[in-house]
Amino acid sequence: MITVSSLTKTYGGFTAVDDVSFTAQTGRVTGFLGPNGAGKSTTMRIMVGLTPASTGTALIDGRRFVDLPNPGAEVGVLLDASAQHAGRTGREILTIAQRTMGLPKARVQDMLELVSLTDEEADRRVRNYSLGMRQRLGIGTALLGDPHVLILDEPANGLDPAGIRWMRDLLRGYADRGGTVLLSSHLLHEIEVIADDLVVIGNGRIVAQGTKAELLASAGTVARASDAVALASAVERAGHAVTVHADGSIHTEATTEQVGVAALAAGLALTELRAADGAGLEEMFLELTADTQREGAAA
Amino acid sequence: MSTTVLDSAATTDTVSRTTRPRTASSPIPLTRLIGVELRKMFDTRSGFWLMASIVITSVLATAALIVFAPDDQLTFDNFAAAIGAPMTVILPIIGILAVTSEWSQRSGLTTFTLVPHRGKVLGAKFIAAVGVGTVAMFVALVVGTLGTLVGSAITGLDPVWNGSVDEFLSITLGSVLGMMFGFMLGVVIRNSAGAIVAYFVYTLVLPPLLGLLAMSQQWFADLQPWVDYSFAQNTLFEGGLTSEQWQQLAVSGTIWFLIPLVVGLVIVRRAEVK
Repeated sequence: MITVSSLTKTYGGFTAVDDVSFTAQTGRVTGFLGPNGAGKSTTMRIMVGLTPASTGTALIDGRRFVDLPNPGAEVGVLLDASAQHAGRTGREILTIAQRTMGLPKARVQDMLELVSLTDEEADRRVRNYSLGMRQRLGIGTALLGDPHVLILDEPANGLDPAGIRWMRDLLRGYADRGGTVLLSSHLLHEIEVIADDLVVIGNGRIVAQGTKAELLASAGTVARASDAVALASAVERAGHAVTVHADGSIHTEATTEQVGVAALAAGLALTELRAADGAGLEEMFLELTADTQREGAAA
Repeated sequence: MSTTVLDSAATTDTVSRTTRPRTASSPIPLTRLIGVELRKMFDTRSGFWLMASIVITSVLATAALIVFAPDDQLTFDNFAAAIGAPMTVILPIIGILAVTSEWSQRSGLTTFTLVPHRGKVLGAKFIAAVGVGTVAMFVALVVGTLGTLVGSAITGLDPVWNGSVDEFLSITLGSVLGMMFGFMLGVVIRNSAGAIVAYFVYTLVLPPLLGLLAMSQQWFADLQPWVDYSFAQNTLFEGGLTSEQWQQLAVSGTIWFLIPLVVGLVIVRRAEVK
């Protein structure tokens, strides 16, 4: 479990991380969301002791990261896949980590197989790696010490669709076996598919946190009937705000059940009825971080 | 077929390891870190060739001396001097890069996450670098000895062993101190190019300027041995230091090496690794 309490980091007059508190629970995948420069990476760097916090603490199972005797065996960290000596081979980078942690030599080959780097690729120098290969190597380094906590910053960056699916399954299985996963991403779809809990950060402050189900519950319902106007007025009569989209679907704050009941009462046959979670996270994200978006009022 | 078997074995292994209850991990011993840091000095192409250049330049310097020097100059101390010159450049660069590559190549992100005690990592680097420096001097000794023997075989003159153990130790200390100085610059500057430039400013630009000052100002001429570290270091290459010269080395070393190193270490421990 990762416990972050009142974490603040200031650079001169600029506050990069502002009183951030959250926990990443054991056995769950916690998605860490925020626009560029919101303070995600800074928070993660503070967690692993690369950046000193101005105030506040970040604890791994109740201990500070620097107090872990062999951190690599407890916390797998991937902050920047490109932050490697470009002149080393992938295998050598894993070997250095394996030796530092005092692990059996065979772990290196195990990890190369786990992250699907071939022997030929493993013996290539990292300067010749694609971003996706660097991510795989970074994930391999993070998993090398068989840690029970993973802290990953944008691990899906640069992975191909198959790689993204692979990583999603890997992290899901990892959390299901009792691991703690904290991952940041701005690939909202990825987060939405994999995360159990969400922490949304904007301008260094937490703007929302909770389980995915809680946070997306307010996203409302999308419904469709052959007569969109009749459906919209039926739902409105039931006391819910409705938006009619140009494609003939309606979007409402009501639950699917309420829409269904309203449609039944009006004698309308629904052709589609679902929770509007598809765009839910994106809308929530843009709304919550509207003040901090570079593009201005996105919501 | 065999690949499939291996794959499933690896997966099962990973699964069982992850589900296994957590065991208390033992702290990372310094000796292991020294081993890792030594490995990191050799495991890149540039690192390897930098290390190889110790041997290569020793051999080239020896060969050049045999080819170009007059026969009666093929003495052991001349071989030692010829080999020592490139060492005073290569060793400090090794010392610099051992530190700065973590920042310039950004591998420090992983290094300092696996070992969140920067002082310990730098200590391991320091010991590894000094170890390499000392071994390099023994390599130079062997090449110099061979050079003297080969030189005498070619000229037909008796080999001239005009070097003492004391002299060798003194030169070794001088070279290793130069390497430590490079290490210090690496810690303070934390940028490969910047630290190397600083080293050449220190060895090539500063001494003539200070020499000029000493020539024109009598007060500085008296003071120089006490405050000019490179001046004090050079006495080591001549050997036979008096106790006053040792004191001068200690005083100027404190000013130029020890204090900056301590300041650098304090900064490194607090600084952000990005």
